[in-house]
Amino acid sequence: MMTSMNKKLKNISAQALWQNNPALVQLLGLCPLLAVSSSVVNALGLALVTTLVLIFSNLMVSLIRHQITAAIRLPVFVLIIASFVTCAELLMQAYAYSLYLSIGIFIPLIVTNCAILGRAVTFAANNSPLISAFDGLMMGLGFSSVLILLGALREIFGTGKLFANLDILLPMATNLEITILPNYPGFLFALLPPGAFLFMGLLLALKNFIDQQIVEKNIKNLSPNPSSSSLAEDIS
Amino acid sequence: MAVKKIKLPNRLKALSTSLIMLWVLLACIPGLIALTVFFGWGTLINIIWLCIWALLFEALVLVFRKRNLGFYLKDYSALVTAVLLGLCIPPSSPWWLSLTGIFFAIVIAKHLYGGLGQNLFNPAMVAYAVLLIAFPIEMTNWIIPLGLEQDLDAYTGATALDLFRNERAGMLISEFWSQNSAFGTLSGIGWEWVNGGFLLGGLLLLYKRIIGWQIPVAMLTSLLLMSALFYDGGSSVSGGSPFMHLFGGGTMLGAFFIATDPVTASTTPKGRLIYGTLIGIVTYIIRVWGAYPDGIAFAVLLGNFAAPFIDYYTQPKPSRNA
Repeated sequence: MMTSMNKKLKNISAQALWQNNPALVQLLGLCPLLAVSSSVVNALGLALVTTLVLIFSNLMVSLIRHQITAAIRLPVFVLIIASFVTCAELLMQAYAYSLYLSIGIFIPLIVTNCAILGRAVTFAANNSPLISAFDGLMMGLGFSSVLILLGALREIFGTGKLFANLDILLPMATNLEITILPNYPGFLFALLPPGAFLFMGLLLALKNFIDQQIVEKNIKNLSPNPSSSSLAEDIS
Repeated sequence: MAVKKIKLPNRLKALSTSLIMLWVLLACIPGLIALTVFFGWGTLINIIWLCIWALLFEALVLVFRKRNLGFYLKDYSALVTAVLLGLCIPPSSPWWLSLTGIFFAIVIAKHLYGGLGQNLFNPAMVAYAVLLIAFPIEMTNWIIPLGLEQDLDAYTGATALDLFRNERAGMLISEFWSQNSAFGTLSGIGWEWVNGGFLLGGLLLLYKRIIGWQIPVAMLTSLLLMSALFYDGGSSVSGGSPFMHLFGGGTMLGAFFIATDPVTASTTPKGRLIYGTLIGIVTYIIRVWGAYPDGIAFAVLLGNFAAPFIDYYTQPKPSRNA
């Protein structure tokens, strides 16, 4: 029982972080992903809020899944998600106001993030509450990792620095700014929307490339000796 | 009865890619000479610098993609991209500006899309658009044409099209040119000659049947009609004279050398007319009502974007008698 549970959790994590990553494979929630990833601090802010909303909406949807009929499930799910997004927005206004000023207009848009609604419909509506919450956490981490990576890439190429203004999200994290490329004149393109699409495309290509390498390696490992009898066995 | 001699509709010998590219390079020369005469050696130095890096990047990507190095390097397509980009960017561009541009052209716009023949967008124009968005100040800083620099304090400044956009402030056309007499009265000193040079090169390409007539004719005609329509007799809201639009900025270079790129343009005869018209109209719209002084690059990219769609709806139908 315990091992099968472990296996299930492991499977959820692998799906969310790599094989079925919401940003890199499902390509969901691209609008906030592309719009907000111009710096690490913005990306981190959105990543936190999205992950929290995912965990709680998955939990809530799973708790009431037996009471909701199929006909009204979408509006109900959207209402649940919208409530949590509103909570998150108010929390942000209270505790990270300067961050709210910089990415605030994208927070209500999280409601329309298909990655969240997608998890509610395909996973939370069919699974028990704790597993659903764990799936929300892992999906959130999968989305966040891509978001933060994209933010870091664009910040480095756009300004030559990393972790600038991190203190507007984490008040204790002052002076964490690292200058990666000194005397860098700045490359505005990376900070503008076209740069977001470019770096996202490069990340997608990298992911596909790594997957391809893994497949080729597996094929080689499966048949270390091409002239072995495996072919003959298949035929017989 | 003597057998009537039939003129074959097709070439007996197809032109190879490298021969086409060589003719294009050759046809650039009159325009290049005009640019050098009026704006100094900058353009030529830029082109040489760009060619070196274009070949290096091309070779590097070909090695990564495990392709035949000699075969692809010898088709001169990377050189044409480098030369076209060099003709577009200001002669005073710093070295890193052109380096960034050619990286985007060769590596991202050409090879990441699958190499020559697979690229959706004209590599030189992708590079130009990236540079214009990323470095707007460097990209609009043209050298004052030679022979004028004694009258003016500055060594670099805006082009006539740029000035026309930003500093007219409701003047009549005649007032604008008399206030900026240093720029001549037509489309900016030097620019008539540069565009004339590219027109000459373009006519050579047309004569050698390297390019079809449809795209340049459609583009120039639509630009002419738009500018004639909105010239408004030179009033304070006039969009500028048709001559300024046809012989200003990058019009002729765009019409004959860039919009006609066989890979990214529309391929059907009717489609080419639509494609050229689209580019001409969008160019005018961006120049007169848009945020950038010259709209050729963005217009061509939009045209590239629409080309597969245009092709889809303009496929020649097989005739019923056949």
